[in-house]
Amino acid sequence: MYRYDEFDERFVRERVAQFTDQVARRLDGSLTEDEFKPLRLKNGVYLQLHAYMLRIAVPYGTLNSRQLRQLALIGERYDRGYGHFTTRQNLQFNWPKLRDVPAILGLLADVEMHCIQTSGNCIRNVTADHFAGVAQDEIEDPRPTAELIRQWSSAHPEFSYLPRKFKIAVTGAEADRAVIKAHDIGLRLRRHPDTHETCYEISVGGGLGRTPMIGKVVRDYLPKKDLLAYLEAIMRVYNLEGRRDNKYKARVKILVHEIGAEEFTRRVEAEFALLDGPSINADPEEAARIAAYFAPPRYETLPAVSNTLEAAKAANPAFARWVEVNTAPHKVPGYAALTISLKPIGQAPGDATSEQMRLVADLAERYSFDELRVTHAQNLVLPHVRQRDLFAIWHQLGEAGLASANVGLVTDIISCPGLDYCALATARSIPIAQAIQSRFADEARQREIGPLGIKISGCINACGHHHVGHIGILGLEKRGIESYQITLGGDDTENAAIGEILGPGLAAEEVPDAIERIVSVYLAARSEGESFIDNVRRIGLAPFKAAFQETARAAA
Amino acid sequence: MAAQAKRVPLPAILLANDLLDGDVVFASADAAGPLAWTRDPALALVANDDAAAEQLEGFAAAELRGNKVVDAYLVDIAIESGSPVPRHFRERFKTLGPSNRPDLGKQAGEGIASAPKG
Repeated sequence: MYRYDEFDERFVRERVAQFTDQVARRLDGSLTEDEFKPLRLKNGVYLQLHAYMLRIAVPYGTLNSRQLRQLALIGERYDRGYGHFTTRQNLQFNWPKLRDVPAILGLLADVEMHCIQTSGNCIRNVTADHFAGVAQDEIEDPRPTAELIRQWSSAHPEFSYLPRKFKIAVTGAEADRAVIKAHDIGLRLRRHPDTHETCYEISVGGGLGRTPMIGKVVRDYLPKKDLLAYLEAIMRVYNLEGRRDNKYKARVKILVHEIGAEEFTRRVEAEFALLDGPSINADPEEAARIAAYFAPPRYETLPAVSNTLEAAKAANPAFARWVEVNTAPHKVPGYAALTISLKPIGQAPGDATSEQMRLVADLAERYSFDELRVTHAQNLVLPHVRQRDLFAIWHQLGEAGLASANVGLVTDIISCPGLDYCALATARSIPIAQAIQSRFADEARQREIGPLGIKISGCINACGHHHVGHIGILGLEKRGIESYQITLGGDDTENAAIGEILGPGLAAEEVPDAIERIVSVYLAARSEGESFIDNVRRIGLAPFKAAFQETARAAA
Repeated sequence: MAAQAKRVPLPAILLANDLLDGDVVFASADAAGPLAWTRDPALALVANDDAAAEQLEGFAAAELRGNKVVDAYLVDIAIESGSPVPRHFRERFKTLGPSNRPDLGKQAGEGIASAPKG
């Protein structure tokens, strides 16, 4: 993985010193809250309901064991012994004290981490496919691109005061595991059909929040070398023409929608033509230097199927089920990409204790070339595990409560912190996730239902990606109580779709019943091997709406 | 806080977050004593009339200016078992802590002098 050079190191250290001084000036009254707020947000410090919150960037979701151990230490020393992994592959601490933030930033800098641009109206932490570099369906590793964009966008003077926040995601695979169509810019590495050269397909104007939109393709095949100039052209059009008069209409998706994708593309291409590409694009040597950090580790030559693994599976059905559900094929024979579920039944989705972080760090060091990933679905990944080591890993995870075999299933729920922590939330999310998990706790039943993504947001800002959940749940306030709106048919993959509302909002205690009814319609109507989302697409919303209305009527 | 904004219905209490720690704090006063901040919602001073509410608003403005607290605002409450309880669920969570973690926050006795220790 990428290692800081002297410039990265100095940049991050200088930022720690700057923010330390800004905190001191805030505390001695030299800075008002209005002056300080944009500064703290640029460094990931929010004020939440009960305390401050610190959002730490995990660039494109990649960590090493030393970094995860440092996060565990920070959680223990300065927080409450746990952290929350987010849908943007970041980590949030819910209880830091402002006076401690400079020390925390210093500890992060010690392990080449920071909180820069995890908030504010700037280009945020770039996200990527969590199976980058290992997925069988990958054309090219997206991490060198993500790292290049991170370096280009960090403290970019022209793009530090955008109309609104700006999120970029990158994938290099056929299957989209990075939700690129719900990002301001989504990049997909693909081969040109004629030249077979690797290019970027570029989508702009995706996003969730109060106006959910699927990104529009503005370039089918951009040569790799032109990336930064093309991004600069997009950012320039947005920076100049994006609305600043209304924060709810300030995202680039609104601009793309208002002027149309065609006109937006025309303006970007016109700007791109005027730019001096060579002065903006990465020097090929620098691009190669970055890419070299992501060279594959020294894999062993192994048989495609591990006899050790097969024997352990045969002797232990619970282990076999976990392997089946939580591992993904690896491009190298004899290896697997292992997803560690942070969704044990009844826990807050995405939360991990410092002890759990240390265990996962140890496992990454011992079994996965010292590397791990954070997924946008709020789980962790050991990307390079020898199949024969899976049994030992499963045992150790089980002792720490981390061996849930539910990845991609109904209890693998994405949930924002909601009103249990977040100052913006209108309703709670975590207890809804917990109630649904409890209802569907039986693992055999989960497997019987098959792949089903439930995503919950505690407000219209949609941090829980509810719009693109197969079943989406949005928490709102209705006449002084929490109310939950259910959507159906969303999709966060390459078949991206926004879910449709099924009916009136429900009280919290009615939500599990409603999910149950929706699932029952699917189970009754599905054909052989048909997944939930395929079934919804085939039979349409009507039968689900009818079942949902029964819940709503029963509750009325 | 927006002092000009329409005031919440009374009775009300004043809450804020401590600038340094971020903890939720409440304006409190001993009998006829000066206003001060407490972390215990049970000790919050309840404003039952406009004069008391104005006093809380004045305190909020001064303490915001003085860089002691952030996000200070009045919250309408009901008296339950002798203690002020916010009428809105959002602020009720603010006086308790995360509902999924009863071991954390004020509900676990954090910052509350009268809470059993350990």
